[in-house]
Amino acid sequence: MDVLDIARWQFGIITVYHFLFVPLTIGLSAVIAGFETAWVRTRKEEYLRLTKFFGKLFLINFALGVVTGIVQEFQFGMNWSDYSRFVGDIFGAPLAVEGLLAFFLESTFLGLWIFGWDKLPRGLHAACMWIVHLGTLASSYFILAANSWMQNPVGYVFNPETGRAELVDFWAVMFNKVQLITFPHVIAAAYMTAGAFVLGVSAYLYMKDKHADDRPLYHRAIRVGAVVTLLAGLAVAFTGDIQGKIMTEVQPMKMAAAEGLYESSDGCAPFSVLTVGTPDGKEEKFSVTVPCLLSFLATGSTDGAVQGIDELKEEYAEKYGSDTVTKAAREGDYVPVIPVTYWSFRFMMGLGFFTAAGAALILWLTRKKRVPSVKWVGILGISLPLAATFASSWGWIFTEMGRQPWVVFGLMTTESGVSPGVSTFEAATSLIVLTLLYAVLAVIEVGLLVKYVKRGAEPFEEPPDVPIGGADDDAPLTFAY
Amino acid sequence: MELTTVWFALIAVLWIGYFCLEGFDFGVGMLLPVLAKNDTERRVMYNTVGPVWDGNEVWVLVAGGATFAAFPEWYATLFSGFYLPLLAILVALIVRNLAFEYRHKHDDDTWRRRWDLALIVGSALPALLWGVAFANIVAGVPIDADKEFTGNLFTLLNPLGLLGGLVTLTLFATHGAMFVALKTDGDIRHRARDLAVKLGLVAAVLAVLFLVSIQLKTGSVASAVAFVLAAVALLAGVAAARAGHEGWAFVGTFLTIALAVAGLFLALFPDVMPSTTDAAYSLTTTNAAATAYTLKVMTWVAVVFTPIVLGYQAWTYWVFRKRLAVHHIPAPATVTSTDGP
Ligand code: HDD
Ligand code: HEM
Ligand code: HEM
Repeated sequence: MDVLDIARWQFGIITVYHFLFVPLTIGLSAVIAGFETAWVRTRKEEYLRLTKFFGKLFLINFALGVVTGIVQEFQFGMNWSDYSRFVGDIFGAPLAVEGLLAFFLESTFLGLWIFGWDKLPRGLHAACMWIVHLGTLASSYFILAANSWMQNPVGYVFNPETGRAELVDFWAVMFNKVQLITFPHVIAAAYMTAGAFVLGVSAYLYMKDKHADDRPLYHRAIRVGAVVTLLAGLAVAFTGDIQGKIMTEVQPMKMAAAEGLYESSDGCAPFSVLTVGTPDGKEEKFSVTVPCLLSFLATGSTDGAVQGIDELKEEYAEKYGSDTVTKAAREGDYVPVIPVTYWSFRFMMGLGFFTAAGAALILWLTRKKRVPSVKWVGILGISLPLAATFASSWGWIFTEMGRQPWVVFGLMTTESGVSPGVSTFEAATSLIVLTLLYAVLAVIEVGLLVKYVKRGAEPFEEPPDVPIGGADDDAPLTFAY
Repeated sequence: MELTTVWFALIAVLWIGYFCLEGFDFGVGMLLPVLAKNDTERRVMYNTVGPVWDGNEVWVLVAGGATFAAFPEWYATLFSGFYLPLLAILVALIVRNLAFEYRHKHDDDTWRRRWDLALIVGSALPALLWGVAFANIVAGVPIDADKEFTGNLFTLLNPLGLLGGLVTLTLFATHGAMFVALKTDGDIRHRARDLAVKLGLVAAVLAVLFLVSIQLKTGSVASAVAFVLAAVALLAGVAAARAGHEGWAFVGTFLTIALAVAGLFLALFPDVMPSTTDAAYSLTTTNAAATAYTLKVMTWVAVVFTPIVLGYQAWTYWVFRKRLAVHHIPAPATVTSTDGP
């Protein structure tokens, strides 16, 4: 393995890992803020118990989102220094703005929320969680703007003197058409994940005789979770559909690769649900297809024409192959790894459908406070948030691998972005150290989550209602590390 | 003033904010085994920084992001060049952050001891390595015509670099002790104050040695003024601690760090990373900068949002202004092992 391979593996592992925690953080902060607001308004005990229960699980998850984010912030400089030099003028700005606008907001107000039970009036305390949620949305917006620019570079010029891409229109980057659809898709996926989490955890506890007294509580949580999951699921499908069309417009190769479509189709291209064939997808032995669906996904019309890989390969070669001005000049072809794009696209959608179907099933099984007699409902419940999370992982693997060989589409290839000064030893050290560390952290995090899920919601305990700054007594803190 | 100069100053401000704030977090973490005599006292120490450490840490994330945006070449050269020390810092930050979040989540002595170790090492290591890094940035490192760092790990571990590391290590420890003295009550408060005085004197000796070396190497009049003021602030802080004025003592170390870092940046200017290979290869505020347009956009964002951030961060410190003592710490919030999984 050379530095390029190591750097790519590291980027993939580290970023996918970061994004295991991020969707839950984004979505759950909203659900918890909702529970707490419901408590402040209705004073029903169960809402506060749910706030605190999911709050604890949220914090366990949030901690890993934060620590893995720290690596993200610096790894562009470490492993991708030529990339950083080439795009810094454009790409750096959203990253810096994200820190200033979003990370400060999230971390400060989360600190207030965790430690503020006996320091803030109730309404303000709930507001802190809403602000945290706002922070997560801002964070996603700016980082996705950076990523969308890599998918569809806009608002820049190439400056031959400095040899880099330079920003000319900040608003074009902020309102990139890819960004405008990516953001809602990712956020909807995050709400779906959080909904599935609330639903799944509650269904699991609902089924345990040990927690039988709390069935009404978990029943309510199941319903809230299910509504969030199903509504968000609709939004995911709706935005995903639009995303497919925009993607076909800006990166037609990605759509062709998603289907493994080699020959262009004049209309009514079928979509295969699954295929068994040679690893490169060139020859198929068996496949289940839906007629005209690919045409519909790509163009919005069942008889739309879809370009195939072979045709696009020549088109791309002509367009980019002879270009020696930008760093794009490159020998060879412009085709991503087909099995990866093909399957990742299907896993994303498949796991998403599984989550939605599971949510609907559990909702139905627990209708009218009925306790299902089947044992596997708890297991199914727990599998839903996992499925939703992995749907996002596969979605990103599709998005990013489908863009290859480009790191910035049409402008810079991944291989020319890697740090020239970093040795194999250094790169390998960091890959090994971070991967091992992350593996250990995964074990710890899962252990804690399981432990706290199994404990269930704690009994109701009225928090003090105090002026800002807390009552002036010497009582023990409501919460302490 | 040129926008590139403005951004050089803003990046200096971000690092100053980072070291002044996370500096005392690091200090609190490092001194855990020294100042706390039992588990409740350890918990007092964790909780002095509990609500604020994450916000403090964001300063370095913004410093990193702002460097990427305003001086992409600096970001690229620095972080690909100082690769292994940066990796060590990242790993240290990860384990120490998790110590805050996870230590209290499981009621078991081994578990707690391990996280304590993570906090101690995870605080001391970055405190040392940031000093090594900044000493090398200011003194210069080998950089070639392509703006690539051509040294290796051992290039950075030179005597001046190590001295810089010891300065930040002892200075942050002092700062942390001052913070514990200011934020706690009871025995631990007195222990912290006494220790702060001793550590402050050690830090003062090391800092004077280091800052004089830097001043002789690349200093300007402005940096000399900042360095002298930093030394004065440190001694005043120590004197205040001896006299029992904990608030002023903390202000003293706060200003010491701010002035010393400001002095380092003044000594650095107009370079951002001088090259020891050939002065012509040095990265400067102009040849490492982003375009004027990007800097302008960023300036607007910074002008509007920095005051807001400062406002709510200050408000948090006000909300959590009360001193903590042993009797404030509730019984361990976690389940006992009997009703565990
Ligand atoms: C719960 C997660 C989830 C689910 C159920 C879906 N997606 Fe998705 N999808 C994502 C989570 C996600 C993601 C992880 O959030 C991605 C990665 C990058 C992005 O923009 O969102 C993504 C990317 C992504 C892309 C690539 C965009 C690009 O590269 O420019 C397309 C075309 C779709 N999705 C389309 C769909 C369709 C048609 C779906 C089903 C009806 C669907 N997604 C379900
Ligand atoms: C959080 C969601 C994201 C995930 C899961 C993700 C995942 C991936 C994956 C799997 C690759 C391909 C790795 C390979 O080529 O072997 C990749 C490439 C890349 N992505 Fe993303 N990405 C995400 C978001 C982003 C964002 C927001 C950015 C920019 C801010 C980004 C920047 C890059 C870069 C620079 C590469 C090229 C390096 C490479 O090919 O490995 N990614 N990413
Ligand atoms: C590859 C590019 C990315 C970088 C450089 C990055 C950077 C970071 C950093 C530094 C943190 C820690 C913040 C703190 O200390 O409070 C963080 C957390 C977070 N990131 Fe990322 N991130 C990336 C990808 C993404 C993506 C694609 C999203 C969302 C769509 C995202 C959303 C979040 C959120 C919501 C948090 C805070 C919650 C949490 O910690 O789980 N990030 N990220």
